[in-house]
Amino acid sequence: MSRAVRFAPLAVFLVIVIALIWRLATPTSTFVPSRLEGKPLPAFDLGPGVDTKPALSTRDFADGQPHILNIFASWCVPCVSEVKVLQELKARGAAIEGIAIRDTPEDVAAFLARNGDPYDRIGSDPQSALQIALGSSGVPESFIIDGRGVIRYQHIGPIERSDIGMIEHKLEQAR
Amino acid sequence: MIAETGLAALWLAAGLAAYQLFLMTMALRSRVEVARAMRAVAVVQGALTLIAFAALLLVFARTDLSVALVFENSHSAKPFIYKVAGAWGNHEGSMLMWVMILSVAGAFLALFSRRTSERTLIAALGSQAALALGFYAFLLIASNPFARLNPAPLEGRGLNPLLQDPGLAFHPPTLYFGYVGLSIAFSLAVGAMFTNEVDAKLARAMRPWVLGAWIFLTLGITAGSYWAYYELGWGGYWFWDPVENASLMPWLAATALLHSINVLAARGALKAWTMMLAVIAFSMSMVGTFLVRSGILTSVHAFAIDPERGTFLLALLGIYVSAAFTLFALRGATLKEGAPFELVSRETGLVINNLILSVVLGTVFVGTLYPLFVEAVSGEKLSVGAPYFNAVAGPLALILALLVGIGPLLAWRRERRPVLKLLTVPALLGASALAITIIVVPSIGILPRLGLTVGAYLAAASILPLVGRNPFRAPLATWGLVVSHFGIAVALVGMAANTAFTSERLAVAKPGEVLSVGPWLVQLEDVTPMAGKNWTALEAQLRATRGSGPIILKPQTRYFSDPPTETNEAAIQTFWNGQLYTIVGKADDTGGWQLRLWWKPFVTLIWLGGALIALGGALALVGRLLRGRLRRVARGGWRRERYA
Repeated sequence: MSRAVRFAPLAVFLVIVIALIWRLATPTSTFVPSRLEGKPLPAFDLGPGVDTKPALSTRDFADGQPHILNIFASWCVPCVSEVKVLQELKARGAAIEGIAIRDTPEDVAAFLARNGDPYDRIGSDPQSALQIALGSSGVPESFIIDGRGVIRYQHIGPIERSDIGMIEHKLEQAR
Repeated sequence: MIAETGLAALWLAAGLAAYQLFLMTMALRSRVEVARAMRAVAVVQGALTLIAFAALLLVFARTDLSVALVFENSHSAKPFIYKVAGAWGNHEGSMLMWVMILSVAGAFLALFSRRTSERTLIAALGSQAALALGFYAFLLIASNPFARLNPAPLEGRGLNPLLQDPGLAFHPPTLYFGYVGLSIAFSLAVGAMFTNEVDAKLARAMRPWVLGAWIFLTLGITAGSYWAYYELGWGGYWFWDPVENASLMPWLAATALLHSINVLAARGALKAWTMMLAVIAFSMSMVGTFLVRSGILTSVHAFAIDPERGTFLLALLGIYVSAAFTLFALRGATLKEGAPFELVSRETGLVINNLILSVVLGTVFVGTLYPLFVEAVSGEKLSVGAPYFNAVAGPLALILALLVGIGPLLAWRRERRPVLKLLTVPALLGASALAITIIVVPSIGILPRLGLTVGAYLAAASILPLVGRNPFRAPLATWGLVVSHFGIAVALVGMAANTAFTSERLAVAKPGEVLSVGPWLVQLEDVTPMAGKNWTALEAQLRATRGSGPIILKPQTRYFSDPPTETNEAAIQTFWNGQLYTIVGKADDTGGWQLRLWWKPFVTLIWLGGALIALGGALALVGRLLRGRLRRVARGGWRRERYA
């Protein structure tokens, strides 16, 4: 067996390893472009998610202002930390609407009392029907809706403090 | 306390692995006497990992929520068996299981290996210790399964309900036995290349390990395929998903190794090739673990994405495999090929077998990793789907199946007899199958048609090694060969029949409505709510008839509360000639229910075939082990050689 042949497996393997290292080093984009961006919100008219706040329907988004539509649930752990960030966004002037997934008014009320309340309105989606229509696969997720009710951006997972700048930029663009 | 005991055992085991490695350098430099100590160290190390694993099982069985892993993956309301299975249904636990099997296998090698020379065994035990050491470091540094939470939470976060299934509780351990069993073949190959003792004796020492690992891999893949079939509710048995491929690649390499090792054992030939396959087989196990555990590939088996762990595993993989390949490159020149053989001989047959299996392996490997590289280069997201794999692997598998019928009939070294004459009956069977399918079902695809043809031919051809002799005096290994090859024919017919003859019906039905699928009439009688221990469900009652008496099927859509998830529980009725597979989905606004019905003729043959392939392996393994023992007894006692 010639020398070249003997070293071939090693060489091939090293090439693969280098490629994998490169792959691990480049930050993985888990970004899946949303198919709904640029599409109007599906029509919906939800019941109230909590007794103390107004309910949510498609009409509420047609006021000429950009909105953040946040999908959350009282049983969702990442939502607890996300609510703090949403409050910050609200303090900076964002309009935030909520959809409570598979939840009860009592649990939502307790969740808001404990963690804070950034929402103008909360709709209840007890069977995830709207969530599925929105193409959302988990909680939390957020959408930026422009003043004409068109989805401009889908954010999968909690909005972190470091995302605030990006979200405000998107809101500005949606204006 | 239990968790701390487990952690301490793990640290001790890591220390012993380091010591074992040190002993190897001592022994190979001068003093072979430390070999006994080395065997003892390997055994104790194995026992310690067993203790660590037992500790993990115990904290899960008791739902000790102060252990972070239990909190993340268990729940007090979960059925007991899934509490225990939860121990390995997560990253840290499964890696502990991996290490446990690795070092227990090492302990068995130390206890029972008498077929290699002492020097090779020492080098192999050293290699095994080096492997274990890396994975101990991975566990202790990057994935501690025993980390505590303070204060302890009141309730756990549950387990993915898809994993609450007996199939999945036992499917990963089976695969792990296979993956990690191959580590012994790797270590023996590395050891023998190191000591320059690659010979037939080594092949015979390696063979039971490869066979054993291969049996577990076969069973694991078969069981995993059946699990995906009935639990995911997609009606398919193989999806070419990266995680499935991760289990298929070591199997392909092990299958090739299993065959080439016979050439080395019987004829002393194919030395370099066999050593390389032994290295590749376990490398594929590590590649699979890396792919699955690093989250580098997107897959339906969505495991957590964690670049740090990925980097660690990649470093281990890189070190071990490049070390082994470097050794191969340096020692390859000294691997003198054994007895020569002619063009028509069993050796040639096995070489062709190996070439085809290697090409399939390469195809699967490229197809699995290709999306990664394309995304890295062009940023484009794509996935390589079933059409690619089927188009490349399908025809190759058919050619291989065709040759499987011939190979075992050939003699070693050279074949002068007119062997092809023996294949008249199988060839006629295959031809009639082809003719019948052309007449009866003219519209089916070319691959399934050829699948049925080759399946019929191979079913007959695979039995030929037992024809013309007293089958009960044939060695068990021959029986194993026949049963495995017959299993391939059975699985092939199952796959082809499933592709060719499946009828599918997707419809929205109101209660009382009747749908037809294949020869069946299925009536939706009612949909009622149900409740289980940690789930609620909507259960449909279906009444299926085909001429004779009705059969009741009850598929469900289940809602699990913690974490909130929805699963489809298919209702499947098995008949001798196929399966009726039913799924109930959501209700629509008009009061109708989504129903998905399949009639899958002979689909069960796929898994029956898989089981037969594994059974053949088991027969061969028992045969080899018994014969080895008998031979030692005949030579006047095996005790003497124990520490020779």
